[in-house]
Amino acid sequence: MNAADGSMPETMIDRPDPQTDRQRQSRRALPSRKARREHLLGWLFVLPALAVYAVFVLLPLALTVWYSLFRWDGFNVPVWVGLANYENVLTDPDLLNTIFNAFRLIFFFSFIPVTLGLVVASVIRRSATGSLGNVARTVLFLPQVIPLVAAGIVWSVVLSLSGILNQSLTAIGLEGVTRAWLGDFDTALAAVGLIGTWVLLGLCTVLLLTGMTKIDPALYEAARIDGAGAIQEFRAITVPGLRQEIGVCVTVTVIAALRSFDIVYVTTGGGPGLATMVPGLDIYVLAFQARAVGVASALAVVLIILILVLILPIQYLSREKGA
Amino acid sequence: MLLAFSHSRRVLGGLAIVALVATACSGSGSTPTPPPATPTPAPATTVATPTPAASPTAAPITCGTAPVVLNAYFETGFDIPFKLSDEFTKQFPTVTWKISQDQFTNLTNSTPRLLASDTPPDLIRLPTMISLVKDGLLMNLDKYVTAFGWDKWPASELLQDRVAADGTRGSGSLYAAGLNYSMTGVFYNKKLAAQIGMTTPPTTVDEFEALLAKAKAAGLQPIMQWNASASGGGLAFPLQNLMAAYGPTQQINDWIFQKKGTTIDTATNLTAAQHLETWVKNGYFPKDVNAIEYTASNSRFTKGEGVFTFNGDWENASMDKNAPGNVGFFAFPSATAGGSLAAMSSPLTYGIAAKAKNADCAAFFLNWVATNTTARQINVAIGGSNPGGPSDLPVPPAAAGSVTNDSLAVGALVSKANGGMDFIANATGSIFAQGWTPELQKLVGGKETAAGMLKAVQAEYLKELSQ
Repeated sequence: MNAADGSMPETMIDRPDPQTDRQRQSRRALPSRKARREHLLGWLFVLPALAVYAVFVLLPLALTVWYSLFRWDGFNVPVWVGLANYENVLTDPDLLNTIFNAFRLIFFFSFIPVTLGLVVASVIRRSATGSLGNVARTVLFLPQVIPLVAAGIVWSVVLSLSGILNQSLTAIGLEGVTRAWLGDFDTALAAVGLIGTWVLLGLCTVLLLTGMTKIDPALYEAARIDGAGAIQEFRAITVPGLRQEIGVCVTVTVIAALRSFDIVYVTTGGGPGLATMVPGLDIYVLAFQARAVGVASALAVVLIILILVLILPIQYLSREKGA
Repeated sequence: MLLAFSHSRRVLGGLAIVALVATACSGSGSTPTPPPATPTPAPATTVATPTPAASPTAAPITCGTAPVVLNAYFETGFDIPFKLSDEFTKQFPTVTWKISQDQFTNLTNSTPRLLASDTPPDLIRLPTMISLVKDGLLMNLDKYVTAFGWDKWPASELLQDRVAADGTRGSGSLYAAGLNYSMTGVFYNKKLAAQIGMTTPPTTVDEFEALLAKAKAAGLQPIMQWNASASGGGLAFPLQNLMAAYGPTQQINDWIFQKKGTTIDTATNLTAAQHLETWVKNGYFPKDVNAIEYTASNSRFTKGEGVFTFNGDWENASMDKNAPGNVGFFAFPSATAGGSLAAMSSPLTYGIAAKAKNADCAAFFLNWVATNTTARQINVAIGGSNPGGPSDLPVPPAAAGSVTNDSLAVGALVSKANGGMDFIANATGSIFAQGWTPELQKLVGGKETAAGMLKAVQAEYLKELSQ
């Protein structure tokens, strides 16, 4: 289920594809029989990958949709229930709550990393070009290299009652606010979200920084001559110039928020209560613990649709104006 | 040992891993339970003696004199069945073993296929039973119950292995037996307990609560427990103990066994939940209990944080290793002095295929495990768990001063009182993850009342049964 919803947007990101244009041109120039043979050859080359994709992505996706129409425990004969599972997903307050939690996570997984990433990237670009910039980039990108499960375990220790965060707070006289951040109803979701911020900030920064190298330095020079300050530069040149990169960042991070599983699984397991329960984790619990394969599949399909509904406009907006 | 939570392996997965580790440690740890100290009967003499309580009418069921190869499926990672099978062959040389082993989760998936195959196992570790019984894949053991006199054992021992005609567990014909029986109760830190003036284990809930209050007043952490989602709500342990203190175990078991029309939302369970709520409000649990995982709870307890902790005898070995000589164990007291004791307890379940070629010999083995002195000694030494069997058979001693000694004594008392219960966490596949754990966490967070918790869990229970 995860593989399916994760892979779809990637193909969309790669959509602007100059190669197909070139192929189209060369095909027009060549005799048709040869073209047809090349065409066939092309399919042959693609076939192994296509077969793997079909078996491990398309087939599971289709099966998920199919299972979602049954009541099934995974062993016995499935019972056809039509759209009842979807009705269940869209009316059960607990299941709806998990979807809302995923949306709340977008703030931490997407909004903060992208905005903060823009700021950090501009700062690095403006004032830390040399080795300092490299160090900053490496440090920020490091969370991408560390396995999320390991990171989650370390963060649980940091955020625990006797963890380093509370020790620091106590040291500066803020003992009153110390708590088990991941075990407190009021802070658990934000705590999980901030771990996501930590993971994704580096990715966004590096992506945006790379995008900035694309922007013509003459624009900045001109702006400076005109007397623009750092903030004006940022608003008038950097942000518009990075429209596509921002689109990619938002896409990737929104998907990460909506299908989050590992960080939540490792740090809170969805608790306390259902304060941090997200669809990804709930699908797992429903399918493999409750053995309610039908409801789990329905939730997965709803999740895929939600991701598409959210991502397609982002794709459209970022491409339209960047072109 | 935790595989005894057979039906809850999915639910208590986190615990299971811990238990696996604990068991592994008990094999190689620095303070292992000693080898049998008491002289055991010489194998040669045992061979000749047909085992006890043979049926008065039919010929005694044995493995016979011709060579027999028992086809067995054991669970990877647990020594007990292997050690027992070795000893069995030593005592009955005509019997040899063809043992296959697999991880528990794989066994769960392949059991129906194995039982239905042309070479069905004579003995197999069972993950779940109901569907296997429905499909006629498991042998009905009723004839062995009468032949070996298992009906004279404490009824609660075999309760969880019974399946009724309507497909509910807890009554009806017997389809499996336990190699041993794990037991839960209250571990206590001897030093801290002495500090608050506890000389003998409490005999009533009131006495226990008085101790909790004393501990709190003395600035100690009264109870160390886990309640994070990753490990599941460990507050279910004290809650169920309280339920059994204020109400009959029967209604709890009936609910777990999915008997029709049962509810967890009863008057006595409400009393129990309200006591737990008071404990929460009085600060008897750690402030961060909702973030404490199973392993962290145990390590904090053995490091001296917490006077009491609710857990099971599968932790004996690591308790003795990490806090040698300082940990004791008692059964959770009943509401009134002299009331009957109860505890969550689960058999290490083994069954016989319906088409097994050597069913009699396999049943003879199961009976031997429960009644033979050496077998019982192996069970205690390797697993730290009660070997079950007839209540008049002595439980072999463990090392002096070890917590296993305490828990075995408790096990015998609970067994005598017929106070074994399955776990409320096992009632359905995800009642623990979707019901108890979030609700207990809400209770801790002040987002739920005792009454609301029971109602919510009952609603979840009905929802899961209907799905």
